[in-house]
Amino acid sequence: MKYVVGVDVGSTYTKAVLLSLEKEIIGKSITQTGFKLDKASEKVYDQILKESGISQDEIGYTIATGYGRHMVPYRDLTITDLTATARGSHYFFPKTQTVLDIGGQTMKASRLDEKVKVRSFRLNDKCAAGTGAFLEKTARYMGYETEEIGPLVQTSKEDVPISGVCAVFAESEVINQLSIGSAPSDIMHGAMSSLVKRAIQLLKRVKMESQITLNGGIMRFQTMVNVLTENIEEKINVPKGDMVQFTTALGAATLALQRVEKVSVVA
Amino acid sequence: MALAAGVDVGSTQTKSVIINENLKIIGRSLIDTGSNVVKAAEKAYLEALTDSKRREEEVAYVIGTGYGRYKVSFGDTQVTEISCHGRGAVHMFPNTRTVLDMGGQDTKAISVSETGEIVDFCMNDKCAAGTGRFLGAASTALDIPLDELGPTALQSEKPVKISTTCTVFAESEVLSWLGKGKKITDILLGVHKSISSRSISLLRRVGLNKEITFTGGVANNIGMVEVMNENLDTKMNVSDESHFMGALGAALIAMDHIFESRIPMEATA
Repeated sequence: MKYVVGVDVGSTYTKAVLLSLEKEIIGKSITQTGFKLDKASEKVYDQILKESGISQDEIGYTIATGYGRHMVPYRDLTITDLTATARGSHYFFPKTQTVLDIGGQTMKASRLDEKVKVRSFRLNDKCAAGTGAFLEKTARYMGYETEEIGPLVQTSKEDVPISGVCAVFAESEVINQLSIGSAPSDIMHGAMSSLVKRAIQLLKRVKMESQITLNGGIMRFQTMVNVLTENIEEKINVPKGDMVQFTTALGAATLALQRVEKVSVVA
Repeated sequence: MALAAGVDVGSTQTKSVIINENLKIIGRSLIDTGSNVVKAAEKAYLEALTDSKRREEEVAYVIGTGYGRYKVSFGDTQVTEISCHGRGAVHMFPNTRTVLDMGGQDTKAISVSETGEIVDFCMNDKCAAGTGRFLGAASTALDIPLDELGPTALQSEKPVKISTTCTVFAESEVLSWLGKGKKITDILLGVHKSISSRSISLLRRVGLNKEITFTGGVANNIGMVEVMNENLDTKMNVSDESHFMGALGAALIAMDHIFESRIPMEATA
């Protein structure tokens, strides 16, 4: 027994992280969640074992998190995604006091105490306008795929105001803007600005404190991070590269590690 | 005999109606609004004229309504769709006290007086939940034409409960129910029930006085009508002209202008 796994079944993507007993990240894998949550969780598990060349009996403990955590057949334990994201953020940035996590269908802000426990949190999972889906929809209305959002918005020269009240109403707004000659990149930038406004509202409600760690697939877009940084005074941390998507799975893995350590102490 | 016209430029479809002095509809048209709102308004008006087999010179007054009413460049004036739906509904069903107008992107509950004047209204201006748009999303997700949604839903005996409010999330919820093996009929009835409960809370806010008249494009959906009737425990008025109610109201108000302009000066003095 040399490894532990954290698996995060999100509304849009399912992620897994493999951690050694020395707390080193050995592997990670990701797949679209789709509608068969158990299948998605099995897929990331198989992938991670295969890519790391590790057999299943070398895995000591597995913790599942995310909205589909109860559908993971091979889990030893489930924890909430708020706890997992807090742990993952702490792994990268030990001074994290506030966490912002923007997923495909949710936006969560939480404030942590010195023991990395979640002291207060606010979330939006009711309205797509305050989640990653808002950017995806805005892109789709203009004929762009999700993966094209980053490169597109980087060419933006000015902000076109997009109200961001409703992801459905945004369609007419986008069409109106295009018809008066606004650039798709600027419209995309406007959508990001309105999403950032919603994020700041949520952060204020948990009484954000420095340092703030940003998570979620959306943070792969440098522009999103830039707009957040410009509008927030506190110090902001962002996990490197695509790790922003894996923080929650990683946090679950670090908790799995604690479990294994406790068990071995008792033994 | 002079004619009056109403052009209702909605978010999804543009409707036009021509009436004569007996307040009878003699021509109508219905087209998709698309992205060129000005063009849609002109096209709908001209098609309604063609349908009436009358000449444009005979039309003495044109009123534009709907969200694109200021794009009706040939119109004599503009009136909000709330006033028009109220007027149209009271004309068709004189005992109407409440109007539910369900369109492509918005749902309005309107409380009207005996003369068709607006007493109060309430609409979902911030969020697309509970509008026709949700039916559009379900139609796309399940690959069933819009006009078959209602009849298909009514075949269900065990509707699923749609738990999400947001139209964007509801679309993924519909697919996830399908993934879990639920019947299309049960999912669709769930969708209709979800929209219905949102509309009823809107209606409650203006008072729910009887009789209630159902207007807008969604009133053509038999499933929506039956689910609403069951939840309201009353029978809503639905006319074949429900979809044209805004345009009809506009034409009726246009005819008022024509009649008023004929009153001799000394009579009004």
